[in-house]
Amino acid sequence: MIEKFNLAALYPELLLLVMTMVIAMLDLFVTSPRRTLTYVLSLLTMGVVAVLQAHDASSGTTVYSFGNMVVSDPMGNWLKCFSTLAVFVTVVYGRPYAIDRDMLKHGGELFTLGLFALVGMYVMISGNNFLVLYLGVELLALSSYALVALRRDSATASEAAMKYFVLGALGSGFLLYGMSMLYGATGSLDISTVFKAVSSGQINHKVLVLGLVFVVCGLGFKFGVVPFHMWVPDVYQGAPTVVTLMIGGAHKLAAFAMTMRLLVEGLLPLAIDWQQMLIVLSVASLLIGNLAGIAQTNLKRMIAFSTISQMGFVLIGLYSGVVNGNTAAAANAYSSAMFYVVTYVLTTLAVFGIIMLLAREGFESEEIADFAGLNQRSPLYAGVMALCMFSLAGVPPMVGFAGKLSVLQALVASDQPGAIALATYAVMMSLLAAFYYLRVVKVMYFDAPLTASTVFAGKDVRVVLLINSGLLLVLGLLPGALMTLCARAIVTTLGT
Amino acid sequence: MGLLSLAIWTPILFGVVLLALGRDEHVKTVRWIALIGALVSLAVTLPLYSGFDVSSSAMQFVEKAPWIERFNVFYNLGVDGLSLWFVLLTAFMTVIVVIAGWEVITERVNQYMGAFLILSGLMIGVFSAIDGMLFYVFFEATLIPMYLIIGIWGGPNKIYAAFKFFLYTLLGSLLMLIALIYLYTQSGGSFDLATWHKLPLAANAQTLLFFAFFAAFAVKVPMWPVHTWLPDVHVEAPTGGSAVLAAIMLKLGAYGFLRFSLPIAPDAAREFAWLMIALSLVAVVYVGLVAMVQEDMKKLVAYSSVAHMGFVTLGFFIFNDIGVSGALVQMIAHGFVSGAMFLSIGVLYDRMHSREIASYGGVVNTMPKFAAFALLFAMANCGLPGTAGFVGEWMVILGAIKYNFWIGFTAASALIFGAAYTLWMVKRVYLGPVANDHVKALEDINSREFLMLALLAIAVLAMGVFPKPFTDVMDVSVADLLKHVAISKLPQ
Repeated sequence: MIEKFNLAALYPELLLLVMTMVIAMLDLFVTSPRRTLTYVLSLLTMGVVAVLQAHDASSGTTVYSFGNMVVSDPMGNWLKCFSTLAVFVTVVYGRPYAIDRDMLKHGGELFTLGLFALVGMYVMISGNNFLVLYLGVELLALSSYALVALRRDSATASEAAMKYFVLGALGSGFLLYGMSMLYGATGSLDISTVFKAVSSGQINHKVLVLGLVFVVCGLGFKFGVVPFHMWVPDVYQGAPTVVTLMIGGAHKLAAFAMTMRLLVEGLLPLAIDWQQMLIVLSVASLLIGNLAGIAQTNLKRMIAFSTISQMGFVLIGLYSGVVNGNTAAAANAYSSAMFYVVTYVLTTLAVFGIIMLLAREGFESEEIADFAGLNQRSPLYAGVMALCMFSLAGVPPMVGFAGKLSVLQALVASDQPGAIALATYAVMMSLLAAFYYLRVVKVMYFDAPLTASTVFAGKDVRVVLLINSGLLLVLGLLPGALMTLCARAIVTTLGT
Repeated sequence: MGLLSLAIWTPILFGVVLLALGRDEHVKTVRWIALIGALVSLAVTLPLYSGFDVSSSAMQFVEKAPWIERFNVFYNLGVDGLSLWFVLLTAFMTVIVVIAGWEVITERVNQYMGAFLILSGLMIGVFSAIDGMLFYVFFEATLIPMYLIIGIWGGPNKIYAAFKFFLYTLLGSLLMLIALIYLYTQSGGSFDLATWHKLPLAANAQTLLFFAFFAAFAVKVPMWPVHTWLPDVHVEAPTGGSAVLAAIMLKLGAYGFLRFSLPIAPDAAREFAWLMIALSLVAVVYVGLVAMVQEDMKKLVAYSSVAHMGFVTLGFFIFNDIGVSGALVQMIAHGFVSGAMFLSIGVLYDRMHSREIASYGGVVNTMPKFAAFALLFAMANCGLPGTAGFVGEWMVILGAIKYNFWIGFTAASALIFGAAYTLWMVKRVYLGPVANDHVKALEDINSREFLMLALLAIAVLAMGVFPKPFTDVMDVSVADLLKHVAISKLPQ
């Protein structure tokens, strides 16, 4: 019985789950409004789990557990490692912000819900069964709804939570509906079995595609791409910044992993169908995200639209995998999308790190104008923010350029009809995006500061922020290692 | 570490050190470190010239190391006769710019000097990269320091200028990125320029590539009609920014034509030579006329830059030895001369805070030493024999007459416009009686400004009198390039 469960493959997940509950219990006895004990324990847990995931990933093997319901492979392990680190960094950046806003006074939900969300991501990333994936989605989503509403006294946060909940539920509903149709057509919830059934060609294509449409819609909600993006700007703006970072960071990794599991591992024979859908979503996201981004004055909202357009680039990577039923280019394409998503999350972390650093008690620092003259107040943090903006705009030598290069390379190499035109469209859209990213740099460097106060950062925040922003530059100059890592992970995953 | 790597990374390293020095508390130290950095950076480029073998057209001082292995991108550096002088020119102009900004810049000095040093290293990187992706990374990265230089230390309308500069040039280079990726896939996964030079390409692929490169390089040069960003940017940029922009950054575009457009798409280049020649002639004649009516000195010199760069692109697309060599000489000469012109305007602007021609008059009476220099540079700008400006233009005109008499004739007529707008400006600004009390109160140049202008004057005269070291370096490489361009790359 135990062997069938194969729990040994899931020890990092189990450790995380147990520790999450321990922390939740311990938190009841913590009285300090800073919650140092639970903070340190959460960080420690995530640190250990991330190392364990990296260790598992480097073994390079694929192991199934719980009777094929859960899979542990290098792609999953790395994405779990990265999402753990993302939540780790989020918590570090977010604690001073949360303390200032009394978010930790009555309980350490920020930590425990964050950890539960992380468990949800783990399940999403390693699910090998429709229902398991759905469970992961819901665990993540429910924790996130609660996190957005964590500031009970804030009307905007409550509004954002409501909107997130309603639209998120709708998205989950789409996903579940699509899954049920696929189940009806193939007779199985197991992704490998679905794959075999679909590739046999015996299944009614129309039913499959109908199910597929709903699945893609559901995934679109999770990525927040046009036309399923309506919740993104409001939630980004309304949620407490630390929670925005949680949603804008680690979530994207989980959404990417689930897309890989469902569309690539389960429905690769239908690639010709879902690629067409993805490309429509991508083209629309690039246009709407960037056009609307120009009009924003609120930085969090601007980043929300920027995320929408950046996810368009990820979809381009996913679009380029299969050409005329030939999967030779698949590893190249999917690993470029994975690289893009990972580096995007890295950049987003630093951006919100700076936003939260500048926020003080009773002051959110989320308008672009609040960054005026940051270079005079603190050249270092202005430099970090400029680095992030140039990275998001895709200017070399920042890491964002390496991401765009690999995705566009995958697209052009796929040699599909119109690939060059699509690549040209994508770079022209990133020219639009460059305008609003540059505006942030302009405000920081060219405008006069509104206050002369210096920027204070605790030691933990400072160290993490410097490592984070240093990585933006280092990975931009030497992207090879991370690219190879993504490529290996994807190759192993595709091989099974 | 090779010499080229040293030439690239020494200024960047000094620049980073300067950025780390913090606020304006140690201004003196910052200036001296910047000067030492610029001088050391210049010193490390000198062995490149002394060790250069002029009889070979091959890449020299080659360094090659894997960079992004997944995409076969190499950290691959090398110089040949086409690029050698630009490496030296860049390092030289950086010294001049540091001297020029010595007392003028008082705010955020470390960032100003740091930005120029980093920019210098990046531009040397552009000239010495022989891997397509490495070239692109350097080419794009130069936008960041220049954007900040214009935006922080620029004039009243600096923000508009900074955005226009960044977005306009980014537009072109993004199209080039697509072209590079396309070549990468066509060549079976290589970013190596030498491989691309040999790659056979069908006619319509060549046409598309040619225009993608055109988008990037024509904007940078800038060629008419995509030159409109240059006057706006020059007017708002600080003196040092204008000098570097005119002296070196414009050459990045022209150099790109030689390194990418001509050898990679030779058939398209020959087919569209008429278009390039036509655009160049429009730049030479029409923009020359536009320069004549300018009220603002910097705008006038900016338009004159466009006209002079028209000679460069004209020289490239008439496909003969003397034309291409002439264009290269013109690029270097224009580097010295336009840099000197902008720095001279800077000298006046620092005293009067006006760039309007109308607010001056009779400057020679109060600033005789300075007026002598200014007159020399003005003469070089209109191509007086014996100055740097003459050699290149004369060679290009000779080449053009060889190619087609009327093209040569039209180009030559532009010399008259050049003389007209430059001399007219000289007359209105420097000559005549003292125009007003502000001019009366002017003080002549101090020893720092004298040093800076004298260095440039020596360069301008030396190049005009004895251009042999410049042409010697280029000859073999230019001949080799033309031989390459003459052979069709269309698949048989």
